Amino acid sequence: MTAQRDTDGTLGDMGSIVDPADVLGGPSVGAFDDHHPPDAALIGDCVHCGFCLPTCPTYVLWSEEMDSPRGRIYLMKEGLEGEPMSDSMVGHFDACLGCMACVTACPSGVQYDRLIEQTRAQVERRHERSPGDKALRGLIFSIFPHPRRLRLLRGPLRVLQRTRLDKAMRRTGLLDRVAPQLAAMERLAPRLGKPQPLPERIAAQGERRMTVGMLVGCVQGAFFPGVNAATARVLRAEGCEVVVPPSQGCCGALSVHNGREAEGQDYARVLVDAFDEAGVERIVVNAAGCGSTMKEYAELLADDPAYAERAAAFAERVRDVSEILVELGPVAPRHPLEVTVAYHDACHLAHAQGVRSQPRELLRAIPGLELKEIAEGDLCCGSAGVYNILNPEPAQELGDRKARNIVATGAELLVTANPGCLMQVTSSIERSGHPMGMAHTLEVLDASIRGAPVAELL
Amino acid sequence: MSSSPATTAPAPESVDQRIAAVADVARRLLPEEGVITDRARLRTYECDGLAHYRVTPALVVVPETAEQLAEVVRACADHAVPYVARGSGTGLSGGALPHAEGVLVVTSRMREIREVRREDQRAVVEPGVINLDVTRAATPHGYYYAPDPSSQQICSIGGNVAENSGGAHCLKYGFTANHVLGADFVAPDGEHVPLGGMAPDAPGYDLLGAVIGSEGTLGIVTTVTVRLTRLPEEVRTLLVGFASTDQAGAATSAIIAAGIVPAAIEMMDALAIEAAEAAVRCNYPDGAGAVLVIELDGSVHDVEAEFSDVERLCREHGSFEQRLATDPADRALIWKGRKSAFAAVGRISPDYIVQDGVIPRTALPEVLSRIAALSEESGVRVANVFHAGDGNLHPLVLFDDAVEGAGDAAEKVSGAILDLCIEHGGSITGEHGVGMDKAKYMPRMYSDDDLDTMQLVRCAFDPHHLSNPGKLFPTPRLCGEVPGRKKAPHPLQAAGLAEVF
Repeated sequence: MTAQRDTDGTLGDMGSIVDPADVLGGPSVGAFDDHHPPDAALIGDCVHCGFCLPTCPTYVLWSEEMDSPRGRIYLMKEGLEGEPMSDSMVGHFDACLGCMACVTACPSGVQYDRLIEQTRAQVERRHERSPGDKALRGLIFSIFPHPRRLRLLRGPLRVLQRTRLDKAMRRTGLLDRVAPQLAAMERLAPRLGKPQPLPERIAAQGERRMTVGMLVGCVQGAFFPGVNAATARVLRAEGCEVVVPPSQGCCGALSVHNGREAEGQDYARVLVDAFDEAGVERIVVNAAGCGSTMKEYAELLADDPAYAERAAAFAERVRDVSEILVELGPVAPRHPLEVTVAYHDACHLAHAQGVRSQPRELLRAIPGLELKEIAEGDLCCGSAGVYNILNPEPAQELGDRKARNIVATGAELLVTANPGCLMQVTSSIERSGHPMGMAHTLEVLDASIRGAPVAELL
Repeated sequence: MSSSPATTAPAPESVDQRIAAVADVARRLLPEEGVITDRARLRTYECDGLAHYRVTPALVVVPETAEQLAEVVRACADHAVPYVARGSGTGLSGGALPHAEGVLVVTSRMREIREVRREDQRAVVEPGVINLDVTRAATPHGYYYAPDPSSQQICSIGGNVAENSGGAHCLKYGFTANHVLGADFVAPDGEHVPLGGMAPDAPGYDLLGAVIGSEGTLGIVTTVTVRLTRLPEEVRTLLVGFASTDQAGAATSAIIAAGIVPAAIEMMDALAIEAAEAAVRCNYPDGAGAVLVIELDGSVHDVEAEFSDVERLCREHGSFEQRLATDPADRALIWKGRKSAFAAVGRISPDYIVQDGVIPRTALPEVLSRIAALSEESGVRVANVFHAGDGNLHPLVLFDDAVEGAGDAAEKVSGAILDLCIEHGGSITGEHGVGMDKAKYMPRMYSDDDLDTMQLVRCAFDPHHLSNPGKLFPTPRLCGEVPGRKKAPHPLQAAGLAEVF
């Protein structure tokens, strides 16, 4: 056990890390190895006040200490002190949605995001998962981060949807009984529109105000091509020259958020290369989860001498599309959209990136549009990357809770800025029996700029 | 309350056997996840909000109903197993510190708000309900729950009852004791006892009064009937910057002396402001040596009149900036700075002790300057955050545990601050409770006779010392044991009806 020797920091009110020999009465391997264990100094920032508890989705559901951020940090500390990485310990780390609501809530500035990422990488390397769990994770990561494979899936999915076989299958409940996680995956598949490939370079309308590179993403690109097209149109209308590097792939967010560190780093290096060659001032992202990971490339590639510096420079240039649009200020005229909108904060936008006001500002600026706030807006919808596939039960509970709060606003259209949230909320709202329109912030903005009718969004 | 399982002499069992017996009962009553025995999980319950005391409980039980809770307590009584109640685990005196050979009874899953009775101004809630959630439930009806500890977003009503929690607004509205009308209570023998009721002022001994603030040593409440307070017609929150705490203290005294009772007067000194700024960017006045947060509430007419007086009095005592917040967002930001202050200190110091003491308001300037002197002599930094209106100090004693001796030095300063409070006719705790942390200071405030009298009350409820033993009192003492004097065995003991242990 060397982890706790690496830092001479103290653990603050959490107490210093106790020598494992004192705790266990003998030497022990402990949960973590030397390759980036959860940082003892960061753990020490936690003063155990509990302010994070009510913001944590799993604490809200289950009300137990081990499934709260405070409890999980305590488990990390235990691991550093020599407690083994038991199934129970891993279960509580796995149950974390990674929504980072606790990071927003923490008065002491604890970097739980860093801690859980470090912990997850250790879990993936050191913990033997059950064969079923391993196979499912393998399947997910052989599909989602691969835009081409996702696009291939579109064909069979569209057939299923057009023939309504998907609904028939859902009614039998067969998949739910055999493989609830696969059933969850099936339910999440959105209604698919036409693919809309983007050209490599899109000229600005009017005077060019900025050159931006655009991430098309994996899920966004395959399942929500309309969002990418709308994003490009709005950027163009606001005076941006948009570059879409064809060599770009997955940003690595799903991998990083699930502890697949090396895989995530590989994706990151490819993306850094792709955008370096594009020579853009900013890199624009319209998917919250991707944006938050790309803003953290400096940390992700810090150990790679060939990339550390470039990754940091890359991260500096990354912006959520709403940040860019507010920074630039509007030039394209907005046409009225008479519609009541409920705006759902994606966790990786609001909590991870602190982007709350910009999307609201953009929406409020549309004449005729009325913006409603959703009760318990800080609470995750249960999507959380691939969490809803790996943990369908809590995800569904959170989704239903979110759907109730959304329906209660009386809005006609739900707007959010993350493909994961869109899929999760759509499936929850459908289940609630109160159908409503769903759109990405940029689709709404695009409709307003184009003067399209509201009906297009509903 | 009947005493009694002890009349049948329990067979001698080992600690493990006794704990296992209680765990068996709990497993029969509760879903799997409600009975925690896994070591890693148990350890996450080692401490509450005061994390430098840590004890791993032998068993954690998370009941969902009052009946389940009572049965678990009864099982503890049957097997002579000590137990400790815990709500959200935010207490600052170690009141919910577990017992190594005992059961931790966690109320976090008992979180239903049973009724909000607007017409009666009452709400009936379970003990795990979060304080702020009572206000959230009552606000649509035009009411709120007045006691507002800084941790109100997470602390539980059960914990508030145990600690008789206060908060910024208790200057005008009183402590938890003033807002709880009734409770269902599980005595240490597992019996349900209703205390108080919907109507105020139940006749007979005020047992509810004894239970509120008893820090879990008398039993566990399973439902609480609280009083709801009408939302005021007008609220004005004023943020006032002063050059020094002396000025701010003098202004506080002047305001109260003028016959104004604000809903709250809170003071923070420069160090506390620095921490809050770092944490929540509350944008307090630049360069202030102290700020006051003054909240006035009531009818529009009253608030207006009081407001102009307060403004003037602050000015007369040297305020250099006054900021008025009338809309909820601005008000919330001002309060966020204040309510985050404790945890925010983590940003400017690796370790700190949150002290809690009370002095007469008039002694504020004197005590503050003595604290400053203590700090200077010892080199230990002290940030001050307090409920200035009622003289409830929360000095935050900063230290770095990595520096040898720093913890001891801080502990010494922290203790000396309490001595100052007692010396000035105050108390060793305003609202955080005695718990584990301050038990040793009790004799500085009370004589042996005082403490023995308190023990008699405790023994009436909990003759076998099973409910949160080891807290509140400086030395563990048995019921019937009189210090320094030897007596003949108690008549019941002699008759074989009860035993001392």
